[in-house]
Amino acid sequence: MQDAFGTLLGQLFPVLTPEILVALLSLLLLGIGLLIPPGARKGMLPLTVFALLGVLGYTVYDFFFGVRATFLQGMYLHDQFATFFKILFVVAALLVVLFSGNYIQKLPAHRGEFYALILAATLGMMLMAGAGDLITLYVGLELMTITFYLLVAYWQTEAKSAEAGIKYLVLGASSSAVLLYGISLIYGLSGSTQLSEIWDALANASGPAVLLATVFVLAGLGFKISLVPFHLWAPDIYEGAPTPVTAFLAVASKAAAFAALIRVYLITLNSQAFAPTGETLLFLLAALTMIVGNLAAIPQTNIKRLLAYSSIAQAGYLMVGILGVSVAGVKAVLFYAMAYVFANLGAFAVATMIGEKQGSDEIKDFAGLSRRSPLAAAVLTACLLSLAGIPPLAGFVGKFYLFWAAMDRGHLAIAFIGFVMSMVSVYYYLSVVKVMYLTEGEELPEVPVKGAPKFTMVFTLLVTLFLGLYPTPLAQMAISAANSLVGR
Amino acid sequence: MMNQAAASTLQMMLNPTLPLTLLAPVFAALVIVFLPKEETKTIKIVAALGTLTSLALSIYVFFAYDRHLGGMQFNFLVPGWTQDLGVNLAFGVDGISLPMLLLTNLIGFSAVYSSWNLEKRVKEFFVLLLVLIAGVMGTFIARDLFIFFLFYEVVVIPIYIMVIIFGSTKRVTKEYAGMKLTIYLLIGSAFLLVGLVALYLAIIPLNHNQGTFMFDQLALLGQQLDPNFQVFVFALVLFGFGSLISMFPFHSWSPDGYAGAPTAVSMIHAGVLKKIGGYGLIRLGLFVLPAGAKFWAPAMAVLAVAGALYAAFIAMAQKDLKYVVGYSSVSHMGYVIIAIAALNITSIDGAVAMMFAHGVMSALFFSMIGFVYEKTHTRNIADLGGLAHQMPRLATGFLIAGMAGLGLPSTVNFVAEFTIFIGAVKALPVPAVLGVFGIIFTAAYTLRVIANVLFGPRRPEWDHLRDLKGPEMVPIYVFVTVLFVVGVFPNLVLGLIDSGVVSSGLAKILETVGQAKIGGLF
Repeated sequence: MQDAFGTLLGQLFPVLTPEILVALLSLLLLGIGLLIPPGARKGMLPLTVFALLGVLGYTVYDFFFGVRATFLQGMYLHDQFATFFKILFVVAALLVVLFSGNYIQKLPAHRGEFYALILAATLGMMLMAGAGDLITLYVGLELMTITFYLLVAYWQTEAKSAEAGIKYLVLGASSSAVLLYGISLIYGLSGSTQLSEIWDALANASGPAVLLATVFVLAGLGFKISLVPFHLWAPDIYEGAPTPVTAFLAVASKAAAFAALIRVYLITLNSQAFAPTGETLLFLLAALTMIVGNLAAIPQTNIKRLLAYSSIAQAGYLMVGILGVSVAGVKAVLFYAMAYVFANLGAFAVATMIGEKQGSDEIKDFAGLSRRSPLAAAVLTACLLSLAGIPPLAGFVGKFYLFWAAMDRGHLAIAFIGFVMSMVSVYYYLSVVKVMYLTEGEELPEVPVKGAPKFTMVFTLLVTLFLGLYPTPLAQMAISAANSLVGR
Repeated sequence: MMNQAAASTLQMMLNPTLPLTLLAPVFAALVIVFLPKEETKTIKIVAALGTLTSLALSIYVFFAYDRHLGGMQFNFLVPGWTQDLGVNLAFGVDGISLPMLLLTNLIGFSAVYSSWNLEKRVKEFFVLLLVLIAGVMGTFIARDLFIFFLFYEVVVIPIYIMVIIFGSTKRVTKEYAGMKLTIYLLIGSAFLLVGLVALYLAIIPLNHNQGTFMFDQLALLGQQLDPNFQVFVFALVLFGFGSLISMFPFHSWSPDGYAGAPTAVSMIHAGVLKKIGGYGLIRLGLFVLPAGAKFWAPAMAVLAVAGALYAAFIAMAQKDLKYVVGYSSVSHMGYVIIAIAALNITSIDGAVAMMFAHGVMSALFFSMIGFVYEKTHTRNIADLGGLAHQMPRLATGFLIAGMAGLGLPSTVNFVAEFTIFIGAVKALPVPAVLGVFGIIFTAAYTLRVIANVLFGPRRPEWDHLRDLKGPEMVPIYVFVTVLFVVGVFPNLVLGLIDSGVVSSGLAKILETVGQAKIGGLF
C-alpha cells in the first residue's frame, strides 16, 4: 500500500509539479481571500507574482531537463510540447497579474478572488496542453472556460461586464456542447477517448460520421480561437470584460485552444482533417479569419474592440501555420503564439493603464500619449507593430515562419492573403499610433507609469525587440517542442 | 557533410568598421533618448556627431576599398544567426553598395543640418531621424537578403511618424500623405515577401537542403532555377521594388509623400530610400533572377519611359516647389529603370551612378526648398520671386541643384545620364531615344522654377529675410563639393561601380542571359 502510493507519487511529481503548484497556490489565495478581511490583506499580488515566478522557473527547467512521460495509461502527457505551452500560460498569467494590480483595486468588491481565478484558469489551460485523452482535455477546457465566465463578469456594477458574462456563458456553453458532440462521435467511431487509440482506429476510416466528428471538434475549438465564422462573441466580450481579463482571454485561452487543436485536430485526426475536403475547409477558414478580422478592425474606435478584431486576425495567421501540417508549421505556431503573448500583453498593459487613469477605452483618449507618457506610447507602438509583423519585432519573424510553412506545402495563395492582410492591418494599428503622436493632448491628464505596470511594459518591449533581432533561442525551443509531438 | 562544405565557405569575419558605421546613429539616438527634451542644442549636436562619425567612417571605407581586388570587403559575418532559417548576420560592401552607403551618410549628415532650426518636439524628431538613417544604411551594407529586408521595413514606421508630426499640409493633408506613403511601400513589400519566401524555398534543394539568404550564394544558385519560376518571382520583386523606386504606374505616393514630409525626410526619402528599390532590383533581380529580368525587361523599359516622360510633363504644371521635385524624381528614376532594363554592364554602371547623382541632387534641392519654405512660409511658385536678391547663398545652392538636375556637364548627373544612354541605346534604342526627350522637359520645368523663384524683380516683402549662414550652409558645402568633384573626376565613383559590376560576376551573368533564348514579353 505504502509502496503503491509511493510509486504513484514518484510518477506524479516529475509530471505534474507545475499543475500541483498552481492548484495549491490558487486554493491558498482563495483561503486568504476568505479568511483575511479586505483591509488587512496587502500581499496578494506579490505572493502571486513570486509563486508564479517559482513555477515558471521550474517549468523552464522541466522543458530542458524533464523526462518525457505519459501518465495514467496515456491520459496525461508530459512532453516538451506541453511544457512549452505551460511556460506560455505561466508567463501570460504573470504579466497579466503584474499590470492588473491597480485596475483590480478599483473594482468595487470581491477583489480577493481575482488572482485565485486567474490561477484556476491557468491550471485549466495547463491541463489542456497536457491532455492525452479527450475527457481530460474537456475537463481542462471547462475549468478554463467556467473560470472565464466569472472573470468576464467580474466588474459586477458595470452593466457591460455583466452582459458580456452572460453572452460568454451562453455562447461558450453551446460551443462546449458542439465539442462534446464531436467527442462523443469520435468515441462511438473509435471506441476510445484516448488520443493514441483514436489515431490507431481512425487512421484509415472514412465516411460522413468521421467527417462530421472532425468538423465538430474544429468548430468547438474554433469558438475558443475565435475563428471566423465562430468569432462573433469576441468583440462584445472583449469590450465588456475588465481589461486585464480581456488580455488573459485574448492571449492565453487562445493559445490553450491552439494547443488542443494541434494535439487533437492536427495530430490525432490528421487523416481526416487534412484529406482534400478538410484542407480546403481549413484554407477557407484561415483566409476568411484573416480577411474579416483585419477589415472589421479598421472602423473601430474602442481600443478593446480593435484589439479583439486584431486578435481574430492573429488567429487566422496562426491557422496558416496549422495548414503547414509539418514540424515547421507547428514550430511556427508555437513561436508566433509566444511572440503574440508579449506583443498583445504589452498593448493591453497600456490599455489597462489608460482605462484605469482616464476611465475610458476610446482610442481618441490616447491623444498625445507620446507627450503624456512617452514610454507607454513607445510600448504600444512597438507592440502593435509587432502584431502587424513589422521587423525588427518578433511578430515579423513569427509570420515569416508561419507563411514559410504554408508555402512549403504549396499554399501560395494563403501566403499572399496573409502578407497583404498584415499590411492592411498596419493601417488600423497606425491609426492608433497617429492619435498618440499627432496631437499633444493638452486637455487630457498626465499619466505617469510606475511600478509593476512599468516593468511589464518595458519587459514586453524588450522581449518583443529581442525575439525579432535574435529569434534563435525561442525558435530552437519551438522546434524541439514540435519534434516532441511527432516522435510519439 | 554537405552542410559542412556549405558552411565552410562562410567563416566568421569580424571587421568592425561597418557595424560601427551602422551603430553610430543608433548610439546617438540612445543618448538623445536620455537627454531632457529642453536641451535642444545638445540634442542637435549629438545627432550631428553621430552622423558625422558614420560619414567619416564611410569616407574612409570609400577610399580604403581595394578596387583591384573587388568583391565584398570590410566583411562582418556571423554565420548561423538564426539556425533554422539559415540567416547570417552579414555586412559587407562592394562597388555597387559602397556608393550608396556613402550617399546615405552624406545625406544623413546634411539632413541633420537642414533641420537645424527645428524647434518643435526636437527630441522625437532626431531620435526618429537617426533610426531612419541607420535603417537605410543597413539595407545597403546587408549581405543577407533577410537582413536587407529587415532594415528595409524598419525605415517605414519612423517615416510615417515624422510625416504626421512634422509634415506640412498643402494640397493633401499630412496624415493622408503619410498613410499613402506607408501603405504603398508596405503593400509592395508584402508582394516582395511572398517572392522572397518562394525563392528561399526553391533554393533549399539546390543548396544541399540548407536554406540560405546570402546574396552571393543566391546569385550562384539562382542560375539553376527554372526560368518560368524566375519570371514569376521577378514579377513580385519588380512590383515590390518598383513601387519603392516609384516606377510608373506605382509612383503616385512619391509627390504627395514628399510634399507632406518634413525637409529631412524628403531628403532621405528621395535621396536614398528610393534607391533601395533600384539597388534591390540589381542585387536581387539581376543577380539572382537573370532569366526573369530578361523576360520582364521590355515591360520595364516601356513603363520606365512612360514614367520618365509623363512625370517630367506633369512637373511642368506644378505650382508647389516640392511637387516639382517630387515629380522630377519620379522622372529621373525612370532613367534608372531603363538602365536596369537594358541589361548590360555600361547601363548598370550608369544606373548606379544615376542613383548616386540623383541622390545628391535631390537632397540638395529638397534642402534648399526646405530653407525657402522656412523663411518665406510658402512653397507656391507664383508667390515667390527674386529671392536671389535677398538670399544669394541660398540661390546659389538652389541654382546648382537645378543645373545638376537637368544634367549640366561638369556635374555628376551629366556623367550618369551619359553613361545610361550609351549603355541603353545599344539594347533598347527606341526607349532610350524617347527618354532623351524627357531631358528637354526636365530643362523646361527646371528653368521655369529657377527663373520664377530666384530671379525677376526684387520683391520688397522678402527684404527682411536673412540669408543662409553657419550650420545652414553645411548641406550646400557637402553636396556642391560632391556634385562637382565627382562630376569632374567621374572615375572616383564610376571606376568603383565598374569594379563592383565586373568583380561581382554580374557582367558574366548579363552576358549569359543576353544570349539566352527566353522570349521577351514583346
